[in-house]
Amino acid sequence: MTKETLLNAVLLCLLLAVPLIAWVSDEPFIITLTTRAVIFAIAGIGLNFALGFGGLVSLGHAVFFGIGGYVMGILAYHAQTYTPLMEWPFAVEGTKSMLIVWPVAVVVSGLAALAIGALSLRTTGVYFIMITLAFGQMLYYFTISWSTYGGEDGLSIYVRNTFPGLNTMDPIQFFAICYVLLLIVLIGVHCAARSSFGLMLRAAKQNEERVQAVGQGPYRLYLIAFTISGAITGLAGALFADLNRFVSPTMLSWHTSGEIMVFVILGGVGRVFGPVAGAALFILLEHSLGGLSEYWHIYLGAILLGVVLFARGGLYGLLAGREVAHD
Amino acid sequence: MSWILLIEQTLNGLQFGVMLFLMAAGLTLIFGVMGLINLAHGSLYMVGAFAAAAVAAATGSFVLALVASLVAAAFAGVLIEVLVIRRLYDRDHLDQVLATFALILIFSEGTRWAFGSFPLFLDRPEYLAGTVTLPFGIEYSKYRLSLIGIGLLVAAGLFWMIMRTRIGIRIRAGENDREMIGALGVDISLLYTLIFALGAALAGFAGALIGAIQSVQVGMGEPVLILAFVVIVIGGIGSIKGALIGAVLVGLTDTLGRFLLPQIFGLVMTPSAATSVGSSLASMSIYILMAGVLLVRPKGLFGGA
Repeated sequence: MTKETLLNAVLLCLLLAVPLIAWVSDEPFIITLTTRAVIFAIAGIGLNFALGFGGLVSLGHAVFFGIGGYVMGILAYHAQTYTPLMEWPFAVEGTKSMLIVWPVAVVVSGLAALAIGALSLRTTGVYFIMITLAFGQMLYYFTISWSTYGGEDGLSIYVRNTFPGLNTMDPIQFFAICYVLLLIVLIGVHCAARSSFGLMLRAAKQNEERVQAVGQGPYRLYLIAFTISGAITGLAGALFADLNRFVSPTMLSWHTSGEIMVFVILGGVGRVFGPVAGAALFILLEHSLGGLSEYWHIYLGAILLGVVLFARGGLYGLLAGREVAHD
Repeated sequence: MSWILLIEQTLNGLQFGVMLFLMAAGLTLIFGVMGLINLAHGSLYMVGAFAAAAVAAATGSFVLALVASLVAAAFAGVLIEVLVIRRLYDRDHLDQVLATFALILIFSEGTRWAFGSFPLFLDRPEYLAGTVTLPFGIEYSKYRLSLIGIGLLVAAGLFWMIMRTRIGIRIRAGENDREMIGALGVDISLLYTLIFALGAALAGFAGALIGAIQSVQVGMGEPVLILAFVVIVIGGIGSIKGALIGAVLVGLTDTLGRFLLPQIFGLVMTPSAATSVGSSLASMSIYILMAGVLLVRPKGLFGGA
């Protein structure tokens, strides 16, 4: 067992133990806070798939987070107002069932990632960063002016979506749902990273020419990675909207993109569990520094600066050492 | 639709464009010479605006306020270059994005801490208030017209500096081959600090000039920053000429789009639908423009290698 595996296990146990203790001692706020960390972790894992494994620096991942949120919001809005989502060419009703919302959120945000990726991946380097940022802003301004669904004010949902057999309004049960989804995503990403596709993707990040020479077009690899990445982040967006029972254009703002990137960096780029550690650390900082000072972003900025300048591997780099080569 | 209104909107677009150029010129120079993406450029714009508002409130002089914006932004620029940015030149873009994102957090919260969350106001001077009558009887704001003039003057000065002076030669040489001009005995690190200070001063100056039209508040730099990025991506990163053309193109597209699109949709739709579709499309128009340019020319209009 390597240090990294040990750290992964400790992390997952901690994430489970904290809300359980809070549940026993009746502190629902802590449970909600941990749920936030878990959801942010899923969003970070999504970005890490493109950023860490493929080296695609996307500054527009808030789009997929927001699309996931809006999918949930729009479906629930139509369900709670009893209006059909569309009547032509075929009638579609809104829904409050998580089992329908999640796949729809994943598919829609995945398709959006496919479209944005297909255009953006024609460029590289700085141009890629800028064009993903621009697509992000484009959809951000679109949601602001989309008055059907609240425009700038966003959309409030009265009751959380339903999951068969569970009471989703109970914090600990909603946490359990998110936690299980996190585990599923982690297992999926872990397998994908070790599959031949994942190896090819990492190889392309290191040396495109060589990958091309063995017959794999990097464009196709990157596009698949970007699509999967967007889909995972979209799932996190749907959960986040459900947690707050509220969606607004803020979810798509470029600050959100920056924050998702911060989760990845704080934890450690390219580590499967990195974003989990990063998101947990972010929430911890937000909670502890937020209590210390109203202006806690100054400290967050200083810490982030320190990590980028002096501790490039993030938390995982510090605790588990350099990444071990895959067998 | 009246022609006079259209000409006024075109002037507004031009004014917006030249102000964007002041932002974009610094960004594109910094990227062209040092290879650095500076997200904190919008913070320097904000620093300039706040310095101008503070000095104007204390002294009542608009000219002093403009001087203060230049000095304060250049000073802040030198400060972050020496403390942080210098360490980022050899890093990959991801590190640069993150470190400068961290700087935004620090600058924004620091300003909020120092000045509070309420917007400040910077009054335009008496002698530039009111309107001026242009040919064909067009009434236009004197201040906005001066902005166009100042912007074009600065642009001309910048071109002159880069094409005709020794420092300009060094900047162009730095864009072509960093190691070589170092080997030829140019103090690279001083040159970098100088370029960064120049870019920062231009951004701060733009912040002060725009601050007199809009309010001066925390976060004012970020929308402009993103537009400036769109400008340099359209123009081709590293090209000053591209930045000027890109800036005017973005300024005109944005302003005229907001003005014309609702009217165009109004021809085929009900007024309220046309307004909502038109305005949402208008707010997306420059990004559509950028995506279009990149599809045809992935390196921007004037992007070289």
